Amino acid sequence: MEKKSVKRREKNLTFLERIYIPEILKGLSLTFKNMIRPKFTFEYPEEKFIPPSSYRGRPVLVEENNGDERCVACGLCSRVCPALAIEVQAAETEREKERYPEKFEINMLRCIFCGFCEEVCPEEAIVMSKDYELTFSNREEAIYGKDKLLIPVNQLQDRIDFLRNYK
Amino acid sequence: MGIGEIILISLVKILLIIVLLFLTVAYLTYFERKVSAWAQNRIGPNRVGWKGLLQPFADVFKLLLKEDIVPEKADRIVHLLAPMISLFIAFSTFAVIPFGPEVHLLGYDIPLVVADVNMGILFVLALTSLAVYGLTLAGWSSGSKYSLLGGIRSSAQMISYEISMGFSIGGVLLLSESLRPIAIVESQSGWMWNAIVQPIGFITFLVSAFAETNRLPFDLPEAEPELVGGFHTEYSSMKFAGFFLSEYANMIIASALIVTLYLGGWQIPYIDLLGLPSGLVAILQIGAFIFKLVAVLFFFLWIRWSLPRFRYDQLMNLGWKVMFPLSLINIVWVALLIMIFRL
Repeated sequence: MEKKSVKRREKNLTFLERIYIPEILKGLSLTFKNMIRPKFTFEYPEEKFIPPSSYRGRPVLVEENNGDERCVACGLCSRVCPALAIEVQAAETEREKERYPEKFEINMLRCIFCGFCEEVCPEEAIVMSKDYELTFSNREEAIYGKDKLLIPVNQLQDRIDFLRNYK
Repeated sequence: MGIGEIILISLVKILLIIVLLFLTVAYLTYFERKVSAWAQNRIGPNRVGWKGLLQPFADVFKLLLKEDIVPEKADRIVHLLAPMISLFIAFSTFAVIPFGPEVHLLGYDIPLVVADVNMGILFVLALTSLAVYGLTLAGWSSGSKYSLLGGIRSSAQMISYEISMGFSIGGVLLLSESLRPIAIVESQSGWMWNAIVQPIGFITFLVSAFAETNRLPFDLPEAEPELVGGFHTEYSSMKFAGFFLSEYANMIIASALIVTLYLGGWQIPYIDLLGLPSGLVAILQIGAFIFKLVAVLFFFLWIRWSLPRFRYDQLMNLGWKVMFPLSLINIVWVALLIMIFRL
């Protein structure tokens, strides 16, 4: 049988280190310092985490100040979506932009928050919001239609500025 | 004092101590969770009641409402008996620990200890040795390998550390010349605390107390990563709570013993020189006992969140090759002190 080689210590301990007690005191002082340090806990339901503008939360559609959607229903977001979560149906309109999404649905069970839809959008019409509280009690509820997706532009200004600066 | 009065006073003291002990155990679990949270930069329980102060009661109700599961292969009677042994021993040990000086109340002189017996320290040692049975029987009767290994480990560990514990107490007894806890406390008047007179004995006793109560860094009987839950793997509901309670009660007793034997018990050094009224002095001294107890308990929790668990062979090496010789050296040290200074 082959004899197992015993790994040697890189450094021999000094006498003080070998009687342990000074080292134990060092360890104790470290934990005590941590006990009196400030805590970082967010007490969540009462105290909410406000994410920075680089945060990718729930994707939303931008609603202009006059109440129209910015989206022109080109379908690029739906095309690029790796999880196939977005469904867009275009329709014609009398307005300047001529097209609008008749139906715009994001299945939040499928969405992976990659942000590709936002990146590909030529109109800055779909952006990732700071909303991370997504709860639903059944699968039908998880499909967000235009009623839930449209958010006024002034609430999304943070993210739009971020995109303009860094994209 | 007639026999009736003695019985009445004793009953009142027993009731008081049991209630206080239960409350302390409950809040020790809360305190433990808080200290562990602080050590990890968290906040800890704060949902039930103001600052989470009702958390222990919520835990107890949760445990009471759980289903009591007994494994098929278990020995039902012993399985039921084991937590009872643990609990009984944990709570009866407190009978001989003095938590204050003699007080004059309603015309009686009442010593603040349930039983002022001459062999108090032996009583404590005997009962803590019995505590091995609770854990070992629990491990054996569960019919599970994890429990059995935990039980075997606990018996080996507790028996080994009992020796160094007993020998370190030897040093204390040499100085006090009595086994009565009250006499031991009184022998440490002024700054003659045993922790200062015989520091080696203090350290060996402290380490053995950690091993005896199965606290980290010596919690091998219930080492979670290796043994699931150790001896209490197969316990649920109130039986599990029994072990849980007895573990914390044992911690309190170990701390009370450390305070009594090494930290001067309820004594405040040189309080006589202040010339305070005797009633106030008694209250201050009870306060001093509680303060010392809480400090040692905090030390227990603090150590838990600072040191990693020992490996099994390291534990045995430490017990037999380090702690045992050190406690013998301590006895020689104390004997020398007595010979030279005629203490």
